Amino acid sequence: MHRALPLMVTIALLVPSAVPAQDSAGAQVKRGEYLVSIAGCHDCHTPWTSGSAGPEPDMKRALSGHPQDLTISAPATLSQPWSGAMNPTSTAWSGSWGVSFSANLTSDPETGVLRDFTEQQFIQTIRTGRHQGQGRPILPPMPWPAYANMTDDDLKAVFAYLRQVPPVKNMVPDPLPPKQ
Amino acid sequence: MAKVIVTAQRLRSGRSHRLVAMRATLVLTFGVLTHVPAIPQPAMMTPPSTLRETGLYANFGTLDVDPAHLAFAPQYPLWSDGAAKRRWISLPPGTAIDGSNPEAWIFPVGTRFWKEFSFNGQRVETRYLERKPDGQWLYAAYAWSADGRETQLVSARGKRGAYPLAGGRSHTIPGVADCKACHQGGPSEVLGFGTLQLSPERDPGAPHAELQPEPHVDLRYLVDRGLLVGLPKALLEAPPRTVAATATERAALGYMHGNCGHCHNERGSLQNIGLFLRHSVTNAGEPAIASTIGQPVKKQAPGQSPDAVLRVEPGHPDRSGVMQRISSRSPALQMPPLGTELIDDEAVRLLNRWIAERGASIQQASANEGR
Repeated sequence: MHRALPLMVTIALLVPSAVPAQDSAGAQVKRGEYLVSIAGCHDCHTPWTSGSAGPEPDMKRALSGHPQDLTISAPATLSQPWSGAMNPTSTAWSGSWGVSFSANLTSDPETGVLRDFTEQQFIQTIRTGRHQGQGRPILPPMPWPAYANMTDDDLKAVFAYLRQVPPVKNMVPDPLPPKQ
Repeated sequence: MAKVIVTAQRLRSGRSHRLVAMRATLVLTFGVLTHVPAIPQPAMMTPPSTLRETGLYANFGTLDVDPAHLAFAPQYPLWSDGAAKRRWISLPPGTAIDGSNPEAWIFPVGTRFWKEFSFNGQRVETRYLERKPDGQWLYAAYAWSADGRETQLVSARGKRGAYPLAGGRSHTIPGVADCKACHQGGPSEVLGFGTLQLSPERDPGAPHAELQPEPHVDLRYLVDRGLLVGLPKALLEAPPRTVAATATERAALGYMHGNCGHCHNERGSLQNIGLFLRHSVTNAGEPAIASTIGQPVKKQAPGQSPDAVLRVEPGHPDRSGVMQRISSRSPALQMPPLGTELIDDEAVRLLNRWIAERGASIQQASANEGR
């Protein structure tokens, strides 16, 4: 009993602290899921399909971005007064910037755009509108100027959620330049 | 806490379950609400509405700069599409820069920097940095009127089309987020005014090297006047320079320090990329050599040629990832990714030469071993 006492004390001290940590991580992921659901992320990052009640996000491919087998090779041809267009999956957007394809936000280690992102880089990306916070510009219609007003805690929650979204292997194509 | 205990007791007693549950909910809701962290508010830092109010000029009518400010020029200037630049620093009287960490000088509160951009003799913008009492830096940019008589604070989102450049492109005055993307990418928010950039031993091969304006501000000047304190003496006895085998390499490393190292360094948020182009005066070697030569491209950028599998392939600048990035001005591929619309041809030639010479020296070494 005397020998077991330190061990018991140690366990008693460790167990209560470990459980809240797990709860905290779980709560963060849940909050991230909630924020992703209300911030319209699925509107562009999840391919849309025709459902019984009309177009709806295909949650089997949740947050996997523009489907790689859906080839688009040129910007939309538009007439006045239109300045932009989207494709039926709502993952390709054409405008003055050329054509942007929504990124694969899943945790896929080969094709997920966040695979090399640290949490800090994700936050900076949303704050600056630049890839990994300092690189190439994130193209419209990604509403990063609005999301830049989110708190660090909220952005951390979104990142925590995205890091555990089931992987979908989908190599999103590079953006297309505008028509010359 | 007492309310929670009472609530628990009532629950155990089985009395008034609905009422107790409602009260418990109210108590818990109150507890949760009072523990929600407040949304952080950015510090209120409103820049002066005109450049005149920042105190740069002794006489705005004649545009005479206050002689109390020190003009300076870094030895490896940032490429800004050929803009001619003038720069000044102002330290509050009686204060000094703390240089005890030569990688990240600490500037006193009240320090001000100005950088003026001109194209073809026409002032286009002047950028402004000021260290505020809370330690934060205030960022602002002022656009000049076409007649060069008035300035206006540029929106925090920046200003496109500020001056026409070649090829139908135009100079963009960066927004605050873009300013911070570079200035907050490394150990110090101040760029261009540090240990290597103000070395008394300036590189004669530096691309776009500028003449040092009077009064020739360098490390020695600052230390002698008590404006820079704590700088390790060794850096005055042996002025810092890049560790290079040739003059070409010295200039190439310096160029990358001044144009790429503010983001690609060992201390900033991009450190996980493992590309370190900032010279460190405390390192024995050159991280820019170790992290580029023969090192694989980590992730192909959109539009990058698939044959560029190495960041720098000695003897093959055409298949070196670094060259493909700096030789492009496609937004998804170009490096640097902001602050420039035109390729820096002089830098491209320099880095081409460096990579070619690196290949030649390896071939020479192999030939010597074979003899």
